[in-house]
Amino acid sequence: MSSSPRLLLSGNEAIALAARNAGVGLGCGYPGTPSTEILERFSELGGKAQWSPNEKVALEVGLGAAYAGAAAIVTMKHVGLNVAADPLFTAAYTGVNGALVLVCADDPGMASSQNEQDNRRYAVAAGVIMLEPSDSQEAYDFTLAALSISHGRRLPVMLRVTTRVCHSKTIVNPAKPDMKWKAEFQRDIARLVMIPSNARKAHRRLRQSLNEVAAWNEQSDLNVVFDRGRELGVIASGIAFQHAMEAAPDASVLKLGMTHPLPMQRIRNFAESFKRCVVIEEGDPYLADAIRSAGIQVESKSEMYRFGELNVERVRRILANDVSPEAAPLPGKPPQLCVGCPHRVTFEALRDLGCIVAGDIGCYTLGVLPPFEAMDTCVCMGASITVALGMRQCLPPEQARKVVSVIGDSTFVHSGLTGLVEMVYNPPASGHVVVILDNGTTAMTGLQEHAGTGRTLDHKPANRVVFEDVARAMGISNIRVVDPLKDAAGVSAAISESLASGELCLVIVRRPCLLAAKRIKQYEAALKDGK
Amino acid sequence: MTGKVINVVVAGLGGQGVLTAADIVAAAAFNAGLDVKKSEVHGMSQRGGSVACDVRFGQGVYSPMVTPGEADFLVVLSADQVDVNRRFIKPGGAIITPDDIDENLLADKRGLNVALMAALSRRLDIDESHWIAAIKASLNPRLHEANVRMFQAIRAAE
Repeated sequence: MSSSPRLLLSGNEAIALAARNAGVGLGCGYPGTPSTEILERFSELGGKAQWSPNEKVALEVGLGAAYAGAAAIVTMKHVGLNVAADPLFTAAYTGVNGALVLVCADDPGMASSQNEQDNRRYAVAAGVIMLEPSDSQEAYDFTLAALSISHGRRLPVMLRVTTRVCHSKTIVNPAKPDMKWKAEFQRDIARLVMIPSNARKAHRRLRQSLNEVAAWNEQSDLNVVFDRGRELGVIASGIAFQHAMEAAPDASVLKLGMTHPLPMQRIRNFAESFKRCVVIEEGDPYLADAIRSAGIQVESKSEMYRFGELNVERVRRILANDVSPEAAPLPGKPPQLCVGCPHRVTFEALRDLGCIVAGDIGCYTLGVLPPFEAMDTCVCMGASITVALGMRQCLPPEQARKVVSVIGDSTFVHSGLTGLVEMVYNPPASGHVVVILDNGTTAMTGLQEHAGTGRTLDHKPANRVVFEDVARAMGISNIRVVDPLKDAAGVSAAISESLASGELCLVIVRRPCLLAAKRIKQYEAALKDGK
Repeated sequence: MTGKVINVVVAGLGGQGVLTAADIVAAAAFNAGLDVKKSEVHGMSQRGGSVACDVRFGQGVYSPMVTPGEADFLVVLSADQVDVNRRFIKPGGAIITPDDIDENLLADKRGLNVALMAALSRRLDIDESHWIAAIKASLNPRLHEANVRMFQAIRAAE
């Protein structure tokens, strides 16, 4: 290893750099805060990176690459893994040939998410090895370790990160790995074709492998003890480790780098050497529950600290058993739709028409706030179409006729297509109206491309999925395309006419996002210049 | 924690250049050879809402987040963000606001983030060369000359 440069990188940048240095052959994912920048940086560094329509597709594409002998990383936010859970569970059975690292970014505190699920639970449920870095140096080192372990054990590995690891910049000295990958198909039916007779053996094989990894993890240098005092022991992982080191300067700390499968004997030895041992973890009491189930005496945080992010102050309170109410921070100025945002016209129309609006995930969810308050439900990606169909099926006719689905272009690509199939196949008696707010980008996560923009992740020309053509092919004939800037009244008219028709209708409100418009023009100009 | 850590909170509204300002102070400390951590939250908060960014530097930094009551400096790009972030300031900590900038030295309103970093730089023991390199690393090359000139003028004022 040559002497490495000293860099100031975010966790996401560090993961991308490690993937590039390790010769990862394919990176795929779907944009989602706080994971988005990983693939963008990987692409900038010269890696082959692509946005998939959704996380399930991304994980399957990555799995295929890893079956083929390549190293693949697949990135997503925590809720994205709900979509990708189907391939995950069986990928653990089949294993891989090259390497497969799933980077899964949780958002405790919900800075930009609809829930704060703790995806460490997925590692246990699916039987997947899990590593948790606590800063950018570890994000770099653990990405390399995850690739190495994945290849060595022929198993997928989950790199579980959180907002403060992804988006904090810390110093990285990137060691150059020596990894080589060779893609070559090798037939292995018993391992890769999960019919029950093969899957029964595969499940036993997986559990045996995990037992071996657990034994290996007992001695692994991914877990480190910081010997600082004999009174108090702290067990922590991820960002919670950093807070704990600062909050309890006299405590000894066992930092767990691989948190599934757990090195339980090592944890027992550590915990038993202190009169008091406290588990410090963000989110669910995952570590504390597992450790206590093994019969090891440790303290866990009070339930009040399950909610939101931890910080040094909250860790001090946990260690002091302080359960008094916490001072609520003063609310800042809430986010809002940009002045001049093309979505505004649609939400004004929906408000004025008195619609019942099933909304979706994106900037436009802000249509729920004043002065619009034009949204009645928002659950998960794509649910605007399907939740609205369910309401239409059961509401009394005078209410059913007012129900509208509002979905963004990127969200439509992600999981709106199956909703349209449902609409065509099980049409409500009152018909239905789907509005696609097509601003030509994935605005919420920072202006990423998708299949509907006709450009690749790095903004080069690609085949474009044209929403109105797709809808027409499915048998939806009432399709209106409106430009909200040129014809604001036309947006309201298109929605009200569609509602009155009682048929299955699609309204596409198409105008590029204000923030993206200039960039889109540059991409198009570059295309014309033949660059 | 080994040695003294300086805690800076940079706050403002989405689109004002809060993240760039924080990048500059973080890069300046990095260039000075210090340990640095910088933390921010992306996503919905960018849509015109309140944005705050933490920068911590010294000989050894653990948590990337500034603990309430421990910030040495609160730098705001928008005066209405002082109250929202007041809980972060330690007793005797300093607040730097746009009012601290001599309007005659601020050629372009869009340079406010750099101007505030110049005001902050006067109170920190980091060599000017590290700040200049940080500004150049954080801004588009066509903005370098004007911003460096403004930075030096404001830093030299008083």
